[in-house]
Amino acid sequence: MNLVLAPTDRPYLPRGVRVVEDRVRGGRVLLAPEKAIALDAIGDAILGRVTGAASFAEIVADLAATYDAPEAQISEDVQRFMVGLRARMFLGVKP
Amino acid sequence: MTVPPPIAMLAELTHRCPLACPYCSNPTELLGRADELETEVWADLFRQAADLGVLQLHLSGGEPASRTDIVELVRAARDAGLYTNLITSGIGLTPRRLDALEAAGMDHIQLSLQGTNAGLADWIGGYKGGFDRKMQVAAEIKERGIPLTLNAVMHRHNLDDLEQTIDLAVELGARRLEVACVQFHGWATRNRAQLLPTREQTETAKRIVAEAEARLRGILAFDFVPPDYYADYPKACMGGWGSAGLNVTPNGTVLPCHAAESIPHLTFDNVRERRLAEIWYDSAAFNAYRGTDWLPEPCQSCDRKEIDFGGCRCQAMALVGDAGVTDPVCRKSPQHSVVQGILDSVAPGDAPEFLFRGKKPAEARRKEPT
Ligand code: SF4
Ligand code: SF4
Repeated sequence: MNLVLAPTDRPYLPRGVRVVEDRVRGGRVLLAPEKAIALDAIGDAILGRVTGAASFAEIVADLAATYDAPEAQISEDVQRFMVGLRARMFLGVKP
Repeated sequence: MTVPPPIAMLAELTHRCPLACPYCSNPTELLGRADELETEVWADLFRQAADLGVLQLHLSGGEPASRTDIVELVRAARDAGLYTNLITSGIGLTPRRLDALEAAGMDHIQLSLQGTNAGLADWIGGYKGGFDRKMQVAAEIKERGIPLTLNAVMHRHNLDDLEQTIDLAVELGARRLEVACVQFHGWATRNRAQLLPTREQTETAKRIVAEAEARLRGILAFDFVPPDYYADYPKACMGGWGSAGLNVTPNGTVLPCHAAESIPHLTFDNVRERRLAEIWYDSAAFNAYRGTDWLPEPCQSCDRKEIDFGGCRCQAMALVGDAGVTDPVCRKSPQHSVVQGILDSVAPGDAPEFLFRGKKPAEARRKEPT
């Protein structure tokens, strides 16, 4: 299965996956079945925009505007991050 | 050395279990109901764990559903802010109980699988009707959409069914499949001659997993634990001793790993007597093999020492009687011949009878798969 997201795909965190504050270490962490992943600033910024309603293209545009960065670059980073999560089944996608 | 806070805690709520798997990771001396911590003591421990930095809680056993307060315990864990995973054989999870566990906030279920058909699974689990019951529970879990991992414990008698196991995981709607080849601790050590797969089985399993992983991307994620006797280097047990996780036994003894009580010179603290934070940071047992300073040669001058920390202490103990040496599984270990000797003795064909968990040798009876 090709896990690359189309611009109109709307990613979401499936049941059993959530982002929480790490009150001991600081920062935020993605909690998934038997896995905890500390989020860096980029990961946190991406997942903060994953609502189930926003499309891939909208998330990229928002990040590009917020961080004043070229969309092509952002798109590549977001795609790589999301494909990694999908391979672990930590991210779902609605068309 | 700065000691990081733990990420995960395995709470062995009870040793009681309707099954009797011959590779059970519980110790060979099983604790009874009277030894178990009370609900409030567990609940307080969950809060201590969260304060200490634990994010993931694994509620295990034995069979955790053997505790009548399992729903309360799940609620207490969620109230403490922990990600709550139930590690179960499925036996005892009635639809009503599943509803209550869901309502209490259980995040995920890890369901064990002894085999892909009733004959094999009920023989391995030592429990007639267990497989059918498990399949009913799996269907209930799927219907509710509870995130599911299937944990297939693999060994000589079921490794040839790996493809069916993968198909079953997909059919049951699992998101993840653990292909966990038996690790030789506790009961498994006693049954090693029957459980150890052949080298051929091991190689075939690796190929099948790699192929399925590519084919099922986005449908099923895999975690593969190959049999480490056939590996070149050992695994980083628990991500390093006292580094990422801890175990609590049914009576509140806190261990750096589930088999640590097999190391006779260590003494372990109990949550009834000491705070969890103190045990984690200051106890002698947790500091015994922490980090890399204690490592002997050849590990001390090896470039993998930050990767595997010299391997598993309990395995070194079990194989050569010294928890402080290089894991003999490592091909650089001066005692590697011990592992080689065991592998050379793997004879295809018939093996001696299983010693089922909780049974004395005299009671052990071999039931053939039907
Ligand atoms: S391994 Fe088998 S016997 Fe041991 S706790 Fe799990 S289901 Fe029960
Ligand atoms: S020598 Fe020690 S550190 Fe090196 S690979 Fe073997 S067990 Fe690991």
